[in-house]
Amino acid sequence: MAKQYETVIGLEVHVELATKTKIFCSCSTEFGGAPNTHTCPVCTGMPGSLPVLNKQVVEYAMAIGLATNCDITKVCKFDRKNYFYPDNPQNYQISQLYLPIARNGYVEIEVGDTRKKVRIHEMHMEEDAGKLIHDEWDDTSLVDYNRSGVPLVEIVSEPDMRSADEVIAYLEKLRTIIQYLGASDCKLQEGSMRADVNLSVREAGTKEFGTRTEMKNLNSFKAIARAIEGERERQIELIEAGKAVVQETRRWDDNKESSHAMRSKEDAQDYRYFPEPDLVPIVISDEWIEKIRSRQPEFRDEKLQRYKKEFDIPQYDAEIITESKHMADIFEKTTAICGKPKKVSNWLMVETMRLLKEQGMEPEDIRFSPENLAKLIELTEAGTVNSSVAKEVFEQIFAKDVDPDQYVEEHGLKTVNDEGALEAVLEKVIADNPQAVADYRGGKEKALGALVGQTMKAMKGKANPGMVNQKLKEMLK
Amino acid sequence: MANKISDETIEYVGILAKLELSGQEKEDAKADMEKMLDYIDTLNELDTEGIEPMSHVFPVHNVFREDVVANGDGSADTLANAPLQKDQSFKVPKTIG
Amino acid sequence: MDITSLTAVELGKKIKAKEISVVDAVKASIAQIEKVEKDVHSFVTIDKEGALKRAEEVQKQIDAGILTGPLAGVPVAIKDNMCTRDMLTTCSSRILENFRPTFTSEAVLNLEKAGAVIIGKTNMDEFAMGSTTETSYYGATKNPWNLNHVPGGSSGGSCAAVAAEECPYALGSDTGGSIRQPSSFCGVVGIKPTYGTVSRYGLVAYGSSLDQIGPIAKDVTDCATILEAIASYDLKDSTSIARETYGFTSALKSDVKGMRIGIPRSYFGDGLDAEVREPILNAVKVLEEKGAIVEEFDLNLVKYAIPAYYVIASAEASSNLARFDGVKYGYRTEEYEGLHNMYKKTRSEGFGPEVKRRIMLGSFVLSSGYYDAYYLKALRTKALIKQEFDRAFEKYDVIIAPAAPTTAPEIGKSLSDPIKMYLGDIYTISVNLAGLPGITIPVGKDTKGLPVGMQIIGNCFEENKIIRAAYTFEQTKTYERPEIAKEAR
Repeated sequence: MAKQYETVIGLEVHVELATKTKIFCSCSTEFGGAPNTHTCPVCTGMPGSLPVLNKQVVEYAMAIGLATNCDITKVCKFDRKNYFYPDNPQNYQISQLYLPIARNGYVEIEVGDTRKKVRIHEMHMEEDAGKLIHDEWDDTSLVDYNRSGVPLVEIVSEPDMRSADEVIAYLEKLRTIIQYLGASDCKLQEGSMRADVNLSVREAGTKEFGTRTEMKNLNSFKAIARAIEGERERQIELIEAGKAVVQETRRWDDNKESSHAMRSKEDAQDYRYFPEPDLVPIVISDEWIEKIRSRQPEFRDEKLQRYKKEFDIPQYDAEIITESKHMADIFEKTTAICGKPKKVSNWLMVETMRLLKEQGMEPEDIRFSPENLAKLIELTEAGTVNSSVAKEVFEQIFAKDVDPDQYVEEHGLKTVNDEGALEAVLEKVIADNPQAVADYRGGKEKALGALVGQTMKAMKGKANPGMVNQKLKEMLK
Repeated sequence: MANKISDETIEYVGILAKLELSGQEKEDAKADMEKMLDYIDTLNELDTEGIEPMSHVFPVHNVFREDVVANGDGSADTLANAPLQKDQSFKVPKTIG
Repeated sequence: MDITSLTAVELGKKIKAKEISVVDAVKASIAQIEKVEKDVHSFVTIDKEGALKRAEEVQKQIDAGILTGPLAGVPVAIKDNMCTRDMLTTCSSRILENFRPTFTSEAVLNLEKAGAVIIGKTNMDEFAMGSTTETSYYGATKNPWNLNHVPGGSSGGSCAAVAAEECPYALGSDTGGSIRQPSSFCGVVGIKPTYGTVSRYGLVAYGSSLDQIGPIAKDVTDCATILEAIASYDLKDSTSIARETYGFTSALKSDVKGMRIGIPRSYFGDGLDAEVREPILNAVKVLEEKGAIVEEFDLNLVKYAIPAYYVIASAEASSNLARFDGVKYGYRTEEYEGLHNMYKKTRSEGFGPEVKRRIMLGSFVLSSGYYDAYYLKALRTKALIKQEFDRAFEKYDVIIAPAAPTTAPEIGKSLSDPIKMYLGDIYTISVNLAGLPGITIPVGKDTKGLPVGMQIIGNCFEENKIIRAAYTFEQTKTYERPEIAKEAR
């Protein structure tokens, strides 16, 4: 019988913090911008420049540490990690090794019916590197330091995960927590959340860990799942062939679905960490910790329970709505205005999710205001617009956050409630469709539908369907 | 001479420090480093048991900046001294990430 | 009038009184530079046009009553490791041969606010690594007292420029004695302030935890005045310290009655040249006669200061100097194959031997497996040295020491043996490790006619005590000028 192998996985997750400025200088962290526009002497490593720590970075890091059940390090310090690379302007990265801001935490994940804890070894603050673009024209690389100095936290888990499903559950959990804190938007595709996978395999039942490799360049949950599968297979093949797994860093190529070792002779992985002499220690008092703790939002699990209880929303709907704090905020604000949680939930669950999916967007990208959604709900409830018009108006709200009152007015979309006008149209429809009229009078209830349809068409959808129904019945008596 | 620096060590430190030493320079560096390390080893005469390593002489802590954007477009200054540039970026030999 | 013989404060007074114009003050310095520079070579960059233009602007501001301080209109030379916007800042290295900073260092900005006119950038040991100013890529500076001798270092250019009267005062930087030792060799006055007193923003870092900028001038009054101008609490430097007072000139009093002076026995033992010991002990006697209480004591850990210093400074330097790689600024090698070859060739061609030596040592002591044994051991030693000074300052107001074991050595005699060279820093280095302030003042000359300096060390934040002691002694003698400064023009 073939041997059974267990995969052992630990993660190093980098999260870009949502500060306005970089970690050590007052440059903007805004995305985009022409190369090197968001730079200054500090984030480009000019001789004589010195770093000054952004307080918000510490507070976000503390908030994430607390939300992941970590111990906050009361006296924490920065260290220099020394290595040469052109995206790293000083050729050292200011990071934390010896006294990271948070340690010994955990998050709970759920896969299928099982819940388990993934322990967090430590979490530290550091600066991001710049961006290297390969210039095909003359086969060189171009360096842009706009991202250099953007604040990151790196969250290092214990090797507690055993499958790609667990890894993804862990990442989703982290992402939800961090998004709820407003500490980052955590977008894998855009690189504001990045995961390096440390993976080893061992024969099922053994206690000792196998030799692990580190996999980088994983830009989506799918890539992570594929990379885990690929690396597991690769290591098992090596072991079965009697070869050793080499401890190394590998780069995943998601197009080729394979990885290659990144090491070269010139990259001795000896970072010569030492305490950063240009920055002073951070001393974190109990009062400061309590202040950060008191600002923690209601997290997803509590929110979900509350929605079920307070708004009588089904479990499934509550799960979808609370997956993103942004979505949950829209739900709560809209509900507060219009007082109709089920209607709000319905708009979010059906139309909003449909449009997000169609346009390849994430809930974080929703830009419409609760006020306008609430207005639309009121318009439909009052019968001012019918449901098909409402969908059309919602698409405009979703795209451009239009004011539905104004939009309906300007585009003449109000349901016609004028009986005189309706009767005139109905008379014409009855006259033009003698067969349907006869069928209906002969007892075929269905024939009424065709007449309603004809009427709605003639009135360009603006009729109130209930009223059309009722009137027709009266006139055909 | 207690400390012995091998060719491999000098080679290795050269990789770390990104310095390429010629044959003679390498020999000199070895001799210098051996001498320096022997000298530094005199620190072992000192009992430092239980002494906290001191990186900062003064107990200053919590020096922060507020999170307010104060810098504008810095590209002209950033690139002013660039040995080679293209497309408002620093040009370097091909580097694979 | 012999403008260049004036001290900075004297010149400032005459400018204020309209006896001398700022342009004339600058022209006098330039004339002296043109006369002696070929022999002394204090400068890497001389900015004649810029200085004359600035002189006119400053004059206008003085006339308009905007600039009223004691240094308004007085020319100054800046050590070439302090960034000056648009003006070459080389650190006396090839690797920064073409580097024009895009900002000005905080200390220099403070001087500019006080109305200073920058006349040029002074020569130094490459990246401040050295004690002779011989490791400069741009050639050695000579001692104005004897051109066959070194001026000391690393701020040798600044000290020589002041001694040769090429400028009334200069800024230097001190990581292990780089202001105090060359001040001693050149017969001028220099202060290394308490760590954190002068902002390091814009100072190209060597050993970040040890570097301090300080004044170099012809007398204590000048130094106190300059320190008052350059010191500031700077939010751009996280290690900057908000001092209770920056009023250093208030200490310019001739009064040492009851001042307790400690003399470390080990500092005056075998390692010290008798020709240096005598004038210093005579100066101590003068202070004693003026009412100071002098006592010998033991400062035992001194011998460990040098190895600890070289571990810490080299480690920090290996990291601080990593940024010089040919990518963003400065020198890049002509031909290379690939990134790592470009790095290595650029750095190997761009740095001189002493810099490479320290980068290699620093990289090694931080490398895997050695960090605890070397780096942490050195930081623990530093803690012990600080404790020992703390104990000493419970008993003494100031400590008096030499600034160097000998007077200025001859050119070409120091660089061959690094240990011997490093031993020359024995009296100055522990002051940096403990973050203390120190001042060097001239106290006499040896038989060769070379100046001897005396170092007065104070407790942290107690510059005023060392200034008072130095000022008191200074009142008992007249400032001596080297022949090269005196020769008629």
